[in-house]
Amino acid sequence: MTTTVTSHRTQPPAQPASLRAKRLPWYAAPAIAVAALALSAALVYGTDIGGPVLVVALGAVLYLVGLFAAATAVEGRRSARNRTWSALIHSAFVLAVLPLVSVVWTLVSKGTERLDGNFFQTSMNNIGARDANGGAYHAIVGTLEQVGIAALITVPLGILCAIYIVEYGRGKFAFAIRFFVDVMTGIPSIVSGLFVLAFWVLVVSPWFNDGRPSFSGFAAALALSVLMLPTIVRSTEEMLRLVPAPLREGAYALGVPKWKTILRVVVPTALPGIVTGVMLAIARAAGETAPVLLVAGGGAAINANPFENNQSSLSLFVYQQAGDASKYAPARAWTAALTLVALVLILTIAAKLLARRNRLSR
Amino acid sequence: MAKRVSATNVTAYYGGFKAIENINLTVEPKTVTALIGPSGCGKSTFLRSINRMHEVLPGARVEGSLTIDDQDIYDRDVDVTAVRRTIGMVFQRPNPFPTMSIFENVVAGLKLNGVRKKSILEDAAEKALRAANLWGEVKDRLGKPGAGLSGGQQQRLCIARTIAVEPQVVLMDEPCSALDPISTLAIEDLMFQLKDKFTIIIVTHNMQQAARVSDRTAFFSIEKTGDPGRLIEYDNTQKIFSNPSVKKTEDYITGRFG
Repeated sequence: MTTTVTSHRTQPPAQPASLRAKRLPWYAAPAIAVAALALSAALVYGTDIGGPVLVVALGAVLYLVGLFAAATAVEGRRSARNRTWSALIHSAFVLAVLPLVSVVWTLVSKGTERLDGNFFQTSMNNIGARDANGGAYHAIVGTLEQVGIAALITVPLGILCAIYIVEYGRGKFAFAIRFFVDVMTGIPSIVSGLFVLAFWVLVVSPWFNDGRPSFSGFAAALALSVLMLPTIVRSTEEMLRLVPAPLREGAYALGVPKWKTILRVVVPTALPGIVTGVMLAIARAAGETAPVLLVAGGGAAINANPFENNQSSLSLFVYQQAGDASKYAPARAWTAALTLVALVLILTIAAKLLARRNRLSR
Repeated sequence: MAKRVSATNVTAYYGGFKAIENINLTVEPKTVTALIGPSGCGKSTFLRSINRMHEVLPGARVEGSLTIDDQDIYDRDVDVTAVRRTIGMVFQRPNPFPTMSIFENVVAGLKLNGVRKKSILEDAAEKALRAANLWGEVKDRLGKPGAGLSGGQQQRLCIARTIAVEPQVVLMDEPCSALDPISTLAIEDLMFQLKDKFTIIIVTHNMQQAARVSDRTAFFSIEKTGDPGRLIEYDNTQKIFSNPSVKKTEDYITGRFG
C-alpha cells in the first residue's frame, strides 16, 4: 500500500513518447453545439415544458457535457478540463454582458419614442394628464447643476484628502480619517439625504430665506457630495499608492520640494486613474433619486437657480413619470432614463479624453 | 565647483535597525570614489545619507556629521532641498518621469525649481544632454516620451537630468546594474568626463567597474547578518586592488567571500 503511494509521489510523470497529441477536429466544437441545441430543442418542445430560453440554457449544459465527453475520449483528461473551463469562462462572460445589453436595448428601443426637440426644450409645467408633450428640460438643468456643484465640492476636497492620507498622514489621525472614509462609503443615499434635510434644509436654509426652510438644488448637491466624497478619496488613494516610489525619490534628488513633487510628478502620473474614480462617483451621484426627492423636492417648472426653491433631476423625473397615471408618462420616463445614461456616458468619455490630453500617455 | 565630502562617525538607522556604524571618510573634489562590498553592508545607505535621501523612508535617521566643504548638511537650519540640489543622485533603475517628454525630463529640476525662461531651459537641456552623451541620439525627438527610450538611454537621460541642475557632487547607486555592457561602457566613459567638473561617488557590485572608473575605493563589510555595516578599508583604487592592507578586503577582492 504505502509503496504505491510513495512511488506515485516521488517518480516524475512518465515522459510522453511523442510531443504530438490527438486533437479534436476544428468542426467538433460547433458540431457539438448544434447537436446540443437540437437535442435540447427536441427535449423541451417534445415534452412541452418551456420556451426558447430553456432551450438555450439546457443546450449550454448539454454542450458542456458533450464537449467534456468528446474531449476526454479523444484528447485525454487534461485537455478536456481545459476545454470545459474555457467554455465555462466564456459563458460567464456572456452571462455578465447579457443584462448590460438588455438594459441598453430596452432603453434605446423604448426611449426613442419621445426623443424629440420638444422633450429637451420644455418642462412639465402646466402639462396635464391628457397632454402628450412635456419634457425634461428642468430635470436636465437640475441634474447638471446638482452634480456639477457636488463635483466642485468633492473633487478638490477628495483629492486633497487622498494626498494627505498617502503622502503626509502618519499615525492615529490618518488612520482615523481612513476609517471614517471607509464608514462613509457604506452610507445609504437616503441617510445622506436625511442628514442634509435635518442639517441644511431645516436649520441653515431659514437664515437665507426669511426664516422659512426651503428646498434647493444646492441642498441636493450637498447630499450628493456626502455620497461622492468617499468614492473619490478611496479611488484616488489607491491610484496615488500605485505611483512608484523611485519617481518621488527621483524628484527629491533634484532638489524639488515635496509639495511640488506631489503636484507635478505624482498626481500627473496617477491622473488617468483619478479621473476614472471621479467619473464613477459622478455617475453614481447622477443616478441618485432619494436625496434629491428629500431635499430638493422636485418640481415641474424650470428653475435654473440652484440656491432657491424646488429643483428636479433626471433620476427623480424618471421616478415621478414612471409612477404617473397619465398614459403619456411612461414614454417620458424612458426617454429621461436614456438621456441620463447618455449624459453620464458623454461625461465619462469627455473626461477620459481630457485625461489623455497629455500626448505622452497612450 | 566640485566639493569635498567628509563623513565623521556617520551612523544610520532604519527604525531600530542600525544599518551602518561610525563611517569616517573624506572624498576629495573632482575624483571618482567607488563604494564596494557585499550585499547588505550599507553602501547604499551611506550613499543615500550623503544627500539626505535616507530620511525619506519612514523611521530612517542619521547620526554623526557629514560636511560638504565644511558645511554640515545635517545642521538643524539646513534646507534639505538645497542639499539635494548641491548633491545630485542617479538611481539603480532608470526613473524618467513618465508624464514628461525627454526635454521636460532633462529640465525637470530647473523647471520645478522656478526657472521659466525657455531659452535658458533649452540651453541647459542641450548642455546636459551633450554632457551625458545623449544629445546625438535624442536631439530630433525631444518632444517624445522619456519612457520610450531604451534602458541605457533612459539611464543617461537620468544622468542628464541630474547634472542639468549643476550639482557639485553626483551620487550614483549602482547606475549600470540594469544595463547591458555597451550602455555600461557609455556611462563609464561619461564618468571620466564628468570627473572634470563634479565629485562622483558610485556604489557598485562590479569590482572591475570599480577598478576601471574610480580613483579611490572604499570597502564596506558586515560581520554577520543583522550587524551594522562598517568601513573596512579606504585607499587608492590601485592599492585596494593590488595590495590591500586588510585581510578581509583581499578575501573579498579575490572572491573568497561575499
